[in-house]
Amino acid sequence: MKTKLPSVLSVGISRIGYELKTYVRTPDAVFFNFFFPLMMLVIFTVAFSDMEIDIPGAGRVLTSADVYLPAMLAMGVLVSGTQNLGIDMAIEKHDGTLRRLSGSPISPISYFIGKFGQVFVSGSLQALFLILIARFVFGAQLPDTADAWVTLTWVFYLGLVASSILGIAISALPSSAKSANAVILPPILILQFISGVYLSFSSLPEWLQNFASAFPLKWIGQGFRAVFYPDAFKQAELGGEWNLDQVFWALTIWILLGLVATLLTFRWVRKS
Amino acid sequence: MSAIEVHRLTKSYKNLTAVDGISFDIELGETFVLLGPNGAGKSSTIEILEGFRTRTSGEVRVLGQDPQKASRDFRSRIGIVQQSAGDLGRLAVRDIIQHFAGLYPNPRNVDEVLAAVGLESKASEPVKKLSGGQQHRVDVALGLIGNPEVLFLDEPTTGFDPEVRRAFWDVIRGLQAEGMTIMLTTHYLDEAEELGNRAGVIVDGKMVALGKVAELGGPEARKTEVSWIENGQHQSERTESPAWFIGELSSRLGAEPERLQVKIPDLEQVYLGLLKQHRNGASVEN
Repeated sequence: MKTKLPSVLSVGISRIGYELKTYVRTPDAVFFNFFFPLMMLVIFTVAFSDMEIDIPGAGRVLTSADVYLPAMLAMGVLVSGTQNLGIDMAIEKHDGTLRRLSGSPISPISYFIGKFGQVFVSGSLQALFLILIARFVFGAQLPDTADAWVTLTWVFYLGLVASSILGIAISALPSSAKSANAVILPPILILQFISGVYLSFSSLPEWLQNFASAFPLKWIGQGFRAVFYPDAFKQAELGGEWNLDQVFWALTIWILLGLVATLLTFRWVRKS
Repeated sequence: MSAIEVHRLTKSYKNLTAVDGISFDIELGETFVLLGPNGAGKSSTIEILEGFRTRTSGEVRVLGQDPQKASRDFRSRIGIVQQSAGDLGRLAVRDIIQHFAGLYPNPRNVDEVLAAVGLESKASEPVKKLSGGQQHRVDVALGLIGNPEVLFLDEPTTGFDPEVRRAFWDVIRGLQAEGMTIMLTTHYLDEAEELGNRAGVIVDGKMVALGKVAELGGPEARKTEVSWIENGQHQSERTESPAWFIGELSSRLGAEPERLQVKIPDLEQVYLGLLKQHRNGASVEN
């Protein structure tokens, strides 16, 4: 009669499927967290289709698709992680989802495996679509060295983990399910404006660039520019270098900060 | 062994004592009903037993464990019927129940649970397309799916129409027949009478009556009431021998008593009597 509790890992994997199913049936999440960066890539690339950025020694001109692909990949990392989990988990804290789960024998670790798994799958698919659209619809140039693809992969997944943990941390802010969107969306939008998603980062005043450097999105965008832009464009970055080691450390520090904030604020069972 | 043991349980919030030293046991296989007005401490008590709240003092054991330290093993042996399905909108009924079955070591069969709550025909509908009563049956199904030894129901039928409530009672009777231990809070005295083996009444955090549902309030509160009209005045008398009393009455009047009624007080009258008694300062503990 008595059998063992199902393992944390197998329940976690079943949570990924459950979370993905829920995600695809939530139209506003699919639109704002999945399709929005794709739509923005199309709009910006078409709107600025005359763009040609040429600098000495670059070897080629950058078209609007070349310019906006790394920007929209960075936006995708932010909305798939921070925005998606920030809103989703704020709602789950207040609508009874967490209470119901914490009344069952599921481990919170399985719950988080489900969340990260959902972000991993939807974020990866989104990045794939962004790259395919930029390349095959708008003729963006993709990197041709293995090194660049390795950089793309680690910046993307390290960025996605940082972005997800940040989302979990800020899900503590909204005080009700109804206020989740209103509390989470504005800071995320502002962060995109100051971190080089909509506006070219090098065109921002230096004090704003320094301010944005305190947040992870700027570093994600910088890592992606290092991958997709010709090397000569590094002179437009702060300090005139791609500084990938700084990208690594900035994202790692944000992961640690997010973990600490999560441990301080996240309560599986809200006892009083 | 008792399924649930509560000894001198106290729960205080900042400047309010919600539960004030109550004690009771619930035997295995028994259905226990906790009655009381709003704010009396029913929900605090059941939430402490479910492991959702900490207690201020006292001893509590559920299946031999301290719910405050709720382990995964403890969670797998109890079932909680939540009060709303607001969190379950988008997926189909069966998908949700199937998923929750996977969280437990020894779950019930998904189709049997769907049948038990009468949702077979709605199994592939998203929960948000169901009526309020049907959504609540999903909550019940999720409380049952883990095949719990103890089931907690906190005001399970509030807001139900009478037909849905009766269907819900049938589900609970089926579980009782299987020997499940059930703890229930409710505002509805008929529900307590239909489902409960024993009941406790709490008022202002104190247990003012505790016993078999049919004996609650003691023999005095359950004496038969005979009422009639005499000289245009409403008269009533409580007696243990109503037949004898009516014989005496009709021979005294020399006629058939006008508007004669013989009533055994139902649980609602007993309950209201208990509240009145408590508010007048007396606490009856038995």
